[in-house]
Amino acid sequence: MMKKVLLYTLLFFSALVLFFPLLYAVSASFMQPQDIYAGNLLPSSLSSINFDAYRDVFNRIPLFHYLTVSFTMSSIVMIGQLIVCSLSAYAFAFIPFKGRDLIFFIFLATMLIPWEATVIPNFLTILNLEWLNTYQGLTFPFFALPFGIFLLRQHFLTIPKELWESAQMDGCSRFRYYLRFVLPLSKTSLSALGIYGFLTTWNQYLWPLLVTNEDSVRPVQIGLKMLIANESSSSWNMVMAAVVAILIPTLLILFVGLKYIREGLTAGALKG
Amino acid sequence: MKRGSQVVTKPNKTAHHREKKLFGTGILYLLPALILLGVFLFYPIFRTLYFSFFELSGGGVVEGFIGWAHYADLIQSSEFRKSMVATLLFVLYTVPAEIIIALFLALLANEKLRGIGFFRTIFASTLGVSIAAGASIFLFLFHPSLGVLNNMLEVFGINGVDWLTNSRWALVSVAITTVWMHLGINFIILLGGLQNISRELYESADIDGAGYWSKLFKITIPLLSPVLFFVLIIAVIGSFQTFGQIDLLTGGGPAGATNIIVYSIYQEAFSYGNFGYASAQAIILFLIILIVTIFQFKYGEKKVHYQ
Repeated sequence: MMKKVLLYTLLFFSALVLFFPLLYAVSASFMQPQDIYAGNLLPSSLSSINFDAYRDVFNRIPLFHYLTVSFTMSSIVMIGQLIVCSLSAYAFAFIPFKGRDLIFFIFLATMLIPWEATVIPNFLTILNLEWLNTYQGLTFPFFALPFGIFLLRQHFLTIPKELWESAQMDGCSRFRYYLRFVLPLSKTSLSALGIYGFLTTWNQYLWPLLVTNEDSVRPVQIGLKMLIANESSSSWNMVMAAVVAILIPTLLILFVGLKYIREGLTAGALKG
Repeated sequence: MKRGSQVVTKPNKTAHHREKKLFGTGILYLLPALILLGVFLFYPIFRTLYFSFFELSGGGVVEGFIGWAHYADLIQSSEFRKSMVATLLFVLYTVPAEIIIALFLALLANEKLRGIGFFRTIFASTLGVSIAAGASIFLFLFHPSLGVLNNMLEVFGINGVDWLTNSRWALVSVAITTVWMHLGINFIILLGGLQNISRELYESADIDGAGYWSKLFKITIPLLSPVLFFVLIIAVIGSFQTFGQIDLLTGGGPAGATNIIVYSIYQEAFSYGNFGYASAQAIILFLIILIVTIFQFKYGEKKVHYQ
């Protein structure tokens, strides 16, 4: 009994400390400026709660447009990664061709290359292709994710070989086997990679900062940077309203997909 | 595989033909990844190496070979030395804290209690917080006069700290932000690892009358070591690659105190147009990560206990 009380105390305390920044952001977004200046943790009274910051921020900057851009960008990368990585993982797991192990090793070794070490030539490539301020420029470089290929291959290897043999006897082609058997049997890993790819793309910062300078394809992260540069001296409730607005989609995806991420990512980490 | 089972007696030519066809099929499936990795990873890493030996104009046009001059400049530059020190301190501030706190949370969340799912979700939540959003919140928390942190300190009669503008505190402040943002992913991976440890081991330890701490150090930590090792590698690499929080919180300042290596590369290349000099720094970043990873695999691996 004592142990339970102690555990719950620790759990509540940790959750409070960890969640405090997010709770405070929500609280500050509903405050009047004078409450913010007073350093209050909550709006001073029920009647002082106001939604003006949300109205103002959507009027002042094209926040809804930034959200659409981020959503489009992240969805494109997610779909691109799922296609490119699953095709490669399929080759590595099911097609016993010569030189396969060597190519797989080279793919694995690329995980050692920090993406930031390649950012200068990549920027010049996008510049020369005239892909600045385009979705191609924002998304194409991230489709082939070595970590994703590795994660899916690990899962594909658990599918029994006998399944392919019997499918082959029924006249099933390789590609049909990939579409009809391998992909449906790997829903958890595919979901894990999909959610992971979506969230990491949504969170990207350096790359969009480099390859976009127009509102037309500016994702929320960079929109937020601009908002802070312009408004942080005066309207913190507005900045926090923007933060809350851009947090809601990813937090929702995380809460819904947490199970998949945990199962999928840990499977990759443990069986590696 | 079934390959060749009916064609054993046929001449070698057919087998060779089959090999070739199989190779073609394999490469066909790999083709999209090969092209993309080629264009956006292999080519650029060699290109970065090449750039590091050349003088480049602001538009990225190669102007002349200068050999090791960029590297020689880096070694002599007090700014770069300062940046390396900041980078190493940053890794030291963030990695141990990240792993220890995440392990503490994972151990708590691994208990079988009513409502534990709620706590797990909260502990994992920072994975859904983008760098820009998280950094914006901390920018506000660290605010010298409006920030909650200083207001709380005042309650205890402590004078406000210049979190982001004091060169002694700025790196710590960025580290606090980073630890908070990385807790989610580390927590998820460690919790997954804990849940894979078989319950029977604890049951037999219970019969032997083992206490909480002895179970923790004799069963949990050794069996969790491969996962801890994995988390350690991604935490170190993640720290070396920090960019967004720095850009939003301090812009590398004050006086270069938070100008850690990726930020320095960005500044040199995209603010000052020194593509060659920045490429030399990028190669150093690549080498550091390579060495750290190889070192960890070589020496860390031996201490890791696989089930």
